[in-house]
Amino acid sequence: MALEIKGLTKIFPRVNGAAREVFRNFSLNVAEGRVVALLGPSGGGKSTLLRLIGGLDKGFGGTLAIPAGRIGMVFQEPRLLPWRSVGDNLRLAAPGLSEQALGACLAAFELEGRAGDFPGQLSLGLARRVALARAFVIEPDLLLLDEPFASLDLGLHRRLRALLAQRIAARKMTVLIATHDLDDALLLADEVIMLGGAPAQVQHRLMIDTPRPERDENLTRLRALAPFYPSSPEEAGGNSG
Amino acid sequence: MIRLLSLGLFILAWQIGAMALGPHALPTPAAVSATFAGEWRSGDMQLNLGLTLMRVLAGFSLAMIAGSLLGVAMGRNSALDRLLDPWLVIALNTPALVVIILAYVWGGLNEISALAAIALNKFPNAVVTLREGARALDPALDEMAKVFAFSRWRRWRDVRLPQLAPYFAAAARGGLALVWKIVLVVELLGRPNGVGFKMGMAFQLFDLRLLLAYALPFVALMVAVETFVLRPAERSANWWRRHGA
Repeated sequence: MALEIKGLTKIFPRVNGAAREVFRNFSLNVAEGRVVALLGPSGGGKSTLLRLIGGLDKGFGGTLAIPAGRIGMVFQEPRLLPWRSVGDNLRLAAPGLSEQALGACLAAFELEGRAGDFPGQLSLGLARRVALARAFVIEPDLLLLDEPFASLDLGLHRRLRALLAQRIAARKMTVLIATHDLDDALLLADEVIMLGGAPAQVQHRLMIDTPRPERDENLTRLRALAPFYPSSPEEAGGNSG
Repeated sequence: MIRLLSLGLFILAWQIGAMALGPHALPTPAAVSATFAGEWRSGDMQLNLGLTLMRVLAGFSLAMIAGSLLGVAMGRNSALDRLLDPWLVIALNTPALVVIILAYVWGGLNEISALAAIALNKFPNAVVTLREGARALDPALDEMAKVFAFSRWRRWRDVRLPQLAPYFAAAARGGLALVWKIVLVVELLGRPNGVGFKMGMAFQLFDLRLLLAYALPFVALMVAVETFVLRPAERSANWWRRHGA
């Protein structure tokens, strides 16, 4: 079943009385098994859309049809339980997880030997990997990624993006990635949806047909497909949506 | 080592003070020890210390359980908080003596009234501390638990209770210090036994040796509970903070 959003309206009340309308009569369909990047500048409604889909905000108008099944989410911050070890953070998300499956998931995100560590002992890069591992360990049918590389330096950002691309390719699931970084969108997604305006609307849709393993070497050509969006994250502005 | 030295200096100062003021104003450490030994041999000391300790534990437990439940409920429900907050302010500002007298007048001079008076005096402090704890719960972790479909039980056990534990430990430490002082007044006013009752008797007889023979071991017992039970419990409630930043 596809993810269907019809006539979505979302208004945030402001303290001074003037409301901020993020979505007005917004519609979007995402076919099952597609990897879709929601691209746009900060404050453009990307994170709000993921929160609505994830069931974290019930105050909206319109209809949201979410495919049945497990939902995994990676937030802008890792949101790990600091009083639980890395292994326990994953076990809590996936009750009944076998030690073998836990080990395999940690290995897939290059976290071997980290099961007993506590989140306070991890660097931000490692904590983000644990957050990604937690989202994958439940074998989600729908995966929501909200700026999964926020606040990482460029080297870590690229390494983690490559890891994520491998994991997404390894298992069929519907994925929505909110990002302000064009390269993230081009390298990870089957389809890039550019959100813009206030209230937010779909301004561009871009299909990426190049197989993922070949995208890195063709990045310059891919960027040319999106002349409407600056390729540098700094030009796009900030890292929150 | 420094603590032992400090204790030695205290006993020395007491001895000098007793010699300067005379045995009627301040009995010597040796005279108080002799009275303590006599009370111990007769079994009175164990009986009264035991009864008082039972009242401390019962009143403290009642207040902590009921106060924590209401505090967390008020911290998470703003309508309930607004409804009960004025009552809480009144309860916090009502003198302990008024609560004790009202409990005895309304309930009679019995053990239930005594325990109610003890618990009611501590209860508002537990509510306030745990309400702050519930207000400080991290909504981001709650959202994570919701997305990953944690059961209600696991949300409390693994997400919220570890965040509330330091507040519970702080309420317990502050609570014990308050409760044991209140228990003595409760016993003084309306019980036929306990350390407070014995102190009241010593006061009527102007027997300072008896008063100190009961007061000092009782204080020592409470300090021991604080040092060997509550502080380790508070440290264990915060253990995960020591694992990095």
